Amino acid sequence: MLYALCFLLFMIGLYCAVVKKNMVKIVIGIMIMEYAVNLFLIMLGFCSGGAAPIIGKDDLDGPGGQLTDLFISSSVDPLPQALVLTAIVISLGSLALMISICIRIYGKYGTFDITQIRRLKG
Amino acid sequence: MAVFYILLVFIIIAAVIAVETKDLLGAVICVGAVGFGSSLMFLFLRAPDIAITQIVVEVLGLIILIRATITRDRTFISGDREFFAVVVSVVIIFVIFLAGIRVFESLPDFGTAVFAEAPEAASRTYISEGLARSGAANLVASVILDFRAYDTLGEATVLFTAIIGATVILRKKARKLLEAPDK
Amino acid sequence: MKGMTIIVKTISSWVKMLIFLFGIYIILFGHLTPGGGFAGGVILASSYVLLMLAFGREFAEENLSLPAASKFDCIGAFLFALIAILGFVYGGAFFVNFLYQQYLPGEPLHLISAGTMPLSNIAIGLKVGASLFLIILSLSICCKDFKFAGPVSGKE
Repeated sequence: MLYALCFLLFMIGLYCAVVKKNMVKIVIGIMIMEYAVNLFLIMLGFCSGGAAPIIGKDDLDGPGGQLTDLFISSSVDPLPQALVLTAIVISLGSLALMISICIRIYGKYGTFDITQIRRLKG
Repeated sequence: MAVFYILLVFIIIAAVIAVETKDLLGAVICVGAVGFGSSLMFLFLRAPDIAITQIVVEVLGLIILIRATITRDRTFISGDREFFAVVVSVVIIFVIFLAGIRVFESLPDFGTAVFAEAPEAASRTYISEGLARSGAANLVASVILDFRAYDTLGEATVLFTAIIGATVILRKKARKLLEAPDK
Repeated sequence: MKGMTIIVKTISSWVKMLIFLFGIYIILFGHLTPGGGFAGGVILASSYVLLMLAFGREFAEENLSLPAASKFDCIGAFLFALIAILGFVYGGAFFVNFLYQQYLPGEPLHLISAGTMPLSNIAIGLKVGASLFLIILSLSICCKDFKFAGPVSGKE
């Protein structure tokens, strides 16, 4: 059920990116889709009753510093978190690029409406 | 588990408001609410690294968006595209949503890690041998900087290229250079 | 872009150093506590953005100008590639954690551990912070005297 709600968020973003006329609304739709995908990936790696994948002092026992079995069996998955960390920073870079294109189009045509900039003039 | 449902409903309501409102500044603020709720979700899903990164990236993204929209007219465009296009896209999105629901019934329940259940999962190696092979206590940092450092190199390249592209698009000197050779 | 009132200027001149220090802490301890190079770099950039919003764009440009920010960006990216190539020279393969495996193992859960990971974190933090400040500075330079081109039909 939680996965279905996350997918609903992705569909809301897709609707906004496809149907709206205002360019900034399209950028907002793409951002909502990115948030939904990141949330879905982290939810896939969640282990209920689990601990964050950071080793503290009480996760090591013995003189050699071995990990306790409790930590190994109940830690959440660190792999999707590594992938999502990269994706969040890349989404900021692509947001900067999209907004700079929108600003230049506004400077040339005077509007954010995409149905009026369809004809290449000048 | 109830906290996950509450946060997801809050995020979905904020997203619906962001999509449907006619005021651009209100839409940008609602996107900020979506990002903030998503950062709280990451905290409850036991991912503190991601929560820190999401909230600071959210703040800078809001500053970029507001910078682009606040000095222009905000409420002058309303409405969607032609009616036929809207109906066709809504029908297609609904069909995809129904197909997705059918797929999610075949996934394991929420609460069991999906990637780590596979027999040859890499996550088991990262958790049990991460400290011994890379020496870092933060397992996520050991994955992105030691086991999978190529992905970090690719991400640094993509960020570099995107920022260079955005800086070149926003330059002011290009106009003067275009006018100068004609004189 | 103009600055803000005097209350905002006074408070932000104290707070920006705390934010910068917090960003350095998140970068340096990235291999022990949550954080790392990306989050710390974004926090460093946001301390300079606070300076720009509170005092105006000209003041922030005197502190860290546009060519200086792009030079820091390139230095950070170059440092990261240099650490990878040193792994190839000393370790035998690209990106090998050569400091941990051969020269300086350190003890786990201390600051000096995990080999080249703190160095990689510093390089990435510098790069990401300089990049994001560069883009926000470019956005505010570009749009300060803004007039649009007129209607699409080109009657003017």
